[in-house]
Amino acid sequence: MNQDEVPQEGNRALAGGRKAMYARTADGRVGVVPSTGWEVEETVTLQAVDALAALAQEALKRAHSGLASPLEYHMLARRMDVVLLAQSAGIWRWRVRRHLQPQRFQSLPNSYLNRYADALGMSVSELQTLPAQR
Amino acid sequence: MMLQHRHAAHCESGVSAALLRQAGVDISEPMAFGLGRGLSFAYLPLIKMQGMPMVAYRSPPRAIIKAAAKPLGAQYEFKRFGSVQAGERALDAALDAGHIVGLQTSVFWLPYFPPDMRFHFNGHNLIVYGRDGDDYLISDPVFEDVVRCPRADLNRARFARGLLAPRGLMYFVRKVASAQVHGPDVLTAIRKTCGTMLAPVPIAGVKGIRLLAKKIDNLSVQDKDASLAFVGHVIRMQEEIGTGGAGFRFLYAAFLQEAAQITARTAFSRHADELLAIGDGWRAFALTTARMIRGREAFEPSKLAALLNGQADAELRFFTELRQNAQA
Repeated sequence: MNQDEVPQEGNRALAGGRKAMYARTADGRVGVVPSTGWEVEETVTLQAVDALAALAQEALKRAHSGLASPLEYHMLARRMDVVLLAQSAGIWRWRVRRHLQPQRFQSLPNSYLNRYADALGMSVSELQTLPAQR
Repeated sequence: MMLQHRHAAHCESGVSAALLRQAGVDISEPMAFGLGRGLSFAYLPLIKMQGMPMVAYRSPPRAIIKAAAKPLGAQYEFKRFGSVQAGERALDAALDAGHIVGLQTSVFWLPYFPPDMRFHFNGHNLIVYGRDGDDYLISDPVFEDVVRCPRADLNRARFARGLLAPRGLMYFVRKVASAQVHGPDVLTAIRKTCGTMLAPVPIAGVKGIRLLAKKIDNLSVQDKDASLAFVGHVIRMQEEIGTGGAGFRFLYAAFLQEAAQITARTAFSRHADELLAIGDGWRAFALTTARMIRGREAFEPSKLAALLNGQADAELRFFTELRQNAQA
């Protein structure tokens, strides 16, 4: 890749930042050329971001109709899955799976709520509330 | 602590070069990457990241730092911690003692990362060069300028759990034996990288690329969304932040140019040009894949597999010749 071929197409996922690319400059040397982004990267990054966001939105919808717990929504909104949440909160996976059920989540003692809230980087009251549906 | 921030393609080679420069070694990011034997390829179907198998165009975390340190006689101090408090105290103490400190962190909990880049990936590296009130002053090599990060957020990023959990890992250079990179060490590093790329194991190097090609060839066209998610994931590993383009191939080409100077072997300059061309092939693979994801082109797994096998052929030739020209 030559310097003038380094994409400067912008990339929504970079939020205005530039990343260092290596390319052949005018004097034949390969060095850093900052890039504002490539459409290809934007496509694959947003593909992953959108897939995670869709999971969270779907959980939000179910949570509003009482079929999922706020915990499930917040876990997915933090781009986590059961495995990572279990590791982060220090709670067995099978217990986390049970706690995702709305009735069980309702009756969780504070000790568990605190651990989940801490793992997700939010307060207990935030953990118990759902944002309005989009 | 004064630190000259330099924009780098890859976090670990950027941090490695910056720490060594601070200790008085004349070294660039590409040299740290090449000497650190950062170039690789591995397809690890059994290790999953958010449900996707690991596809790595590079060596595992910390390998670059360690491999680049050895020929320079650089001694690092590596520390992990059992508690957030202990990690925080040790970082503050090291900063107050005048060290610039490397950290392994999660990307997700760093507030200065753009939201769309914040995934649960624990293999990030950055440098802390000071503190100001309740902020740490950070030189993150993949950013153009220095940034700040509040204490609570950095603690969270250092102690994130999951795959490759950093457990607070911090490191700094104790001392170095050599301020210069030497030709014979460069040759050894090149030979070892060729050895990895030509390794007789099915998941690594050229054979790993072929295994991935086979896996893509077998993707279902019916279950298109899942298949496209998989190939999109491969391209993210190849092109997203931190590779310098084409899965580190352009960065390694920059290293080969420097290697030509240091070892006075002009063949490496020619190899650098060849690797740039191979890198363009990886970019073409990424472009075709993205067009299929966008629906601008029909999803044809066999076409992507053929492109990958072409890359494997080119890299087999390339690394075989490179190894011959890097003999002592």
